[in-house]
Amino acid sequence: MNTMKLSLGPLQYFWPREHTLAFYREAADWPLDIIYLGETVCSKRRELGTRDWIALAAELARSGKQVVLSSLALIEAESELGVLQRLVDHGDCWIEANDLSAVQLCRERGVPFVAGPTLNVYNHHALAMLMDDGLRRWVPGVEQGHVLLRELREAMRAEQREMPELEVIAFGRLPLAFSARCFTARALDVAKDQCGFRCIDYPDGMPLATREGRPFLRINGIQIQGEEITDLGPELPQLRELGVDVLRLYPQAEGMAEMVAHYHLARRSPVAPPRVGARNGYWHGEPGMRAPETT
Amino acid sequence: MQLVCPAGNLPALQAAIDAGADAVYAGFRDQTNARAFPGLNFSDDELRDGIAYAHQRGRQVYLALNTYPDSARLPQWYAAVDKAAEFGCDAIIAAEMAVLDYATRTHPALKRHLSVQGSATTAPALRYAHERFGISRAVLPRVLSIQQVERLCEGSPVPLEVFAFGSLCIMVEGRCQLSSYVTGASPNRHGVCSPASFVRWEEHDDGRRSVRLNQVLMDRFEPREPAGYPTVCKGRFEVGGEIFHALEEPTSLNTLELLPRLAQAGVAALKIEGRQRGAAYVGSVTRTWRDALDRYRASPQDWAAQPRWQSALSKHAEGHQTTLGPYHRSWH
Repeated sequence: MNTMKLSLGPLQYFWPREHTLAFYREAADWPLDIIYLGETVCSKRRELGTRDWIALAAELARSGKQVVLSSLALIEAESELGVLQRLVDHGDCWIEANDLSAVQLCRERGVPFVAGPTLNVYNHHALAMLMDDGLRRWVPGVEQGHVLLRELREAMRAEQREMPELEVIAFGRLPLAFSARCFTARALDVAKDQCGFRCIDYPDGMPLATREGRPFLRINGIQIQGEEITDLGPELPQLRELGVDVLRLYPQAEGMAEMVAHYHLARRSPVAPPRVGARNGYWHGEPGMRAPETT
Repeated sequence: MQLVCPAGNLPALQAAIDAGADAVYAGFRDQTNARAFPGLNFSDDELRDGIAYAHQRGRQVYLALNTYPDSARLPQWYAAVDKAAEFGCDAIIAAEMAVLDYATRTHPALKRHLSVQGSATTAPALRYAHERFGISRAVLPRVLSIQQVERLCEGSPVPLEVFAFGSLCIMVEGRCQLSSYVTGASPNRHGVCSPASFVRWEEHDDGRRSVRLNQVLMDRFEPREPAGYPTVCKGRFEVGGEIFHALEEPTSLNTLELLPRLAQAGVAALKIEGRQRGAAYVGSVTRTWRDALDRYRASPQDWAAQPRWQSALSKHAEGHQTTLGPYHRSWH
């Protein structure tokens, strides 16, 4: 039985500097194979600057983990492109490319990259083109389930192309949308340009509920996530059979050490673990969120 | 600047051409385009007729093929590219790499525009699409401020098209999963957002109304309160104990007052949203923008947005409200 690798996805939230550094100091001792570092949501979040992330990458690499530097999902300003250029020029790490700008800069510099979940790869042909550009690992978008992955794998085989490493989001809140607008600032009635970095007060995002009180989404700056913390633990036998190489766990503020331990145990066991989070409907070709209880 | 207008069917196409559109964009009656709504779009014969109508008048027709096929469905998108070439479309508007690559290899003479769904917001991203697929134009996502658009015009390898008017997607286009999270129906995969088949209106005894999307409550309305279409991004929700339009109000984008800046920046084309709207909308909005553009061309120095233009456009706006949206920093 092939043991799948475990990765820690990029931190989607904004935590205080010391909190973030302490989190990754602990993570260095967790049974992880890969750690993604860097800011993927909002360039204004600078408790850790680019230099800090790169220094942290070097430190974590010494603990034997593969470190990948993640790029912003939405790049608007020249300064943001400048940061991306520095990450690419750094050269020691692969890049998680979360938009086409990152793909192009990696391609121009010959830096290997991971296609992040916001890159929009839906078929084998696009995947093969990106592999020619330097893609080494692929994280499918959140709405892609097992049927699509199976068909894509078969299409690659039919064209005699090797699959890259396949990494699936196994645990965490799903990133659903990004905007130019900061929804945290909007909720707090402050301008984005004078936001006061208030998202730092919401280490797991800001809950958004329907008018009848049903928890629905999470506001995380310019990003919207699903409320449910999804968990593909019970589907691990199917993931294994599909040839998934890496299980991605997204950081949450509480209980990450236990969650990594849970998945570490599960990846070495032939028996699927019980569900500890929410069922991910997307994986099964259904709406991402749990069907509402009928009233 | 060219004026590019929506055509959800043949009457709308003709209305746009008659009202002065330089080009119209249309889609086939299937999931190959991002407005795959029931009763909308073109059969092969209708598209041929539409192209003939436009070409007789010296105008252009672009074909939107801007969804994301999975491996099993690629042949359907390839066949649509073949038809675009065969019918004499002036360009395809596409986002997905396999579709663009197929068009590049199979029909190099057919122009390729990068769709807004392609989410290219920077010069390197545009360089990628230009080098890989030889695009001759790109449509920018509605996320950039006017200053950022101006700067990108300088650094882009290809001419740019921007949205000028219409319903406002507030999320980065091509990367919004809100509809599929709730309904399973996805803009990228199925060409739909919050489709009507999942919408349920409930009338209450006190005259109030509720609207649900696949059973999830999007909003409630007081008696006689205007109610918009329940996309997730325009619903009212509870955040921090308050109920409000947490993501965006029902409103439409209107950049009329930015016309001189967009022209001076070198923007190649202005796009009007609304293939789901009827011929009356298309005719009226196109006429207004045609007039505004013609007056700018005739006399750029003393051009000003006229109140009659603004009021004509507001009538067609969601919730009768318009916004400069992301072009203006305060919207962010």
